[in-house]
Amino acid sequence: MTELIGTILVLAGVAFFIAGTIGLLRFPDLYTRLHAITKADNSGLGLVAIGLAIQTDHLFKAVVYIIIWILVLFASAIGSHLLASQAYQRGIEPWSKN
Amino acid sequence: MVEKLIFLFFDVVMCAGLLWLAWRMLTTTDLFMAVVLFISFGLLMSLAWIRLNAPDVALAEASLGSGVTGALFLATLGRMQPLPAFHDFFSQKTNGVVVLLSLMITMTLSWILFSVPDGLDGLRTEALSSLPDSGVSSPVTAVLLNFRGYDTLLELVVLLTAAIGVWALGNELPTPESKPPQFLFIAVRMLIPLIFIVASYLLWIGSSKPGGAFQGGAVLAAAGILWLLAGLKLNRLCKLLYWRILLVIGPIIFSCMALIFLISNKSLLTYPAKSVGSWILLIEAGAFVSITITLIALFMGGKPNNL
Repeated sequence: MTELIGTILVLAGVAFFIAGTIGLLRFPDLYTRLHAITKADNSGLGLVAIGLAIQTDHLFKAVVYIIIWILVLFASAIGSHLLASQAYQRGIEPWSKN
Repeated sequence: MVEKLIFLFFDVVMCAGLLWLAWRMLTTTDLFMAVVLFISFGLLMSLAWIRLNAPDVALAEASLGSGVTGALFLATLGRMQPLPAFHDFFSQKTNGVVVLLSLMITMTLSWILFSVPDGLDGLRTEALSSLPDSGVSSPVTAVLLNFRGYDTLLELVVLLTAAIGVWALGNELPTPESKPPQFLFIAVRMLIPLIFIVASYLLWIGSSKPGGAFQGGAVLAAAGILWLLAGLKLNRLCKLLYWRILLVIGPIIFSCMALIFLISNKSLLTYPAKSVGSWILLIEAGAFVSITITLIALFMGGKPNNL
């Protein structure tokens, strides 16, 4: 049962990753691409981590998976903020419909 | 069977990616792009080391080869004058010579690789059979600190010489006028304690699993680089005089050990059999501190002011 739920969660995570990658390739400018890759991939990684965590027989391993997720959350939040603020300071205008 | 096929597919994609990244890195005329490609190459390379069952090398590649070297490249790039005529540097005339030389080196290396007889085991059997006497259970650490401790001692001295050389060239360059963004401070406050734990763990685990002074030192140096990038000064951590002491403590501990054992055991770096594990840990701890400070010093690109 846990294996089934775990697999579903991992597959859902993969779907998020695919969505993020499509966003990275298809979105019009740096800011929207950052939005796609960080938001979608962070949720995707979370789903994969939870999916793997509930399948382990050991609580320690499950905690490690969750810690990895939290660390990646930190790293990608800081990284994307740095990229976006540097780009904005250098005068790269955010995309708009007109 | 299916698993083998998946791994084969993964390996082929990885090798193709490595070659493609290397090609892009060498042919791009944009230096910033070249540095970013170099960092990506290093990360993919560390994956390749994992696939070759060499997690020690993978850790070193990711932290030193990709991380710290990438940061050094970026720091250099930030201080360089723009090079408008960069692509004139590789003119059409020299291209042929470069290709010819590269082909010759590649062919020589392949010839050497294929002329090595099969089943050659090197010193593997001898090294593994004396592992129980080495005081540590990780074969890599045993080779680095015990069987070939002499090499590691010289490596530490090379690193120290590099740091002294950089300091001799001039003072630390002034930090840019623009203030670093506020959230970088928050990141530094949250990440540095975590990085410290990870680095100490890598140092400690080095006796039994992949890790050790070099990997741990590189990770801790990353914390120092973050600290500097956030616009903070090193003298906020401790008195600048102490940085000099920390810079040399690793080589000093190591050479003192070598001298003491030379006098008492009549042989350089032959540890007393009973306490060998503790000696190795002491040397590694000293090396860890000095490697960290050396890498931070290299990143600063000059002697820190007020030192």
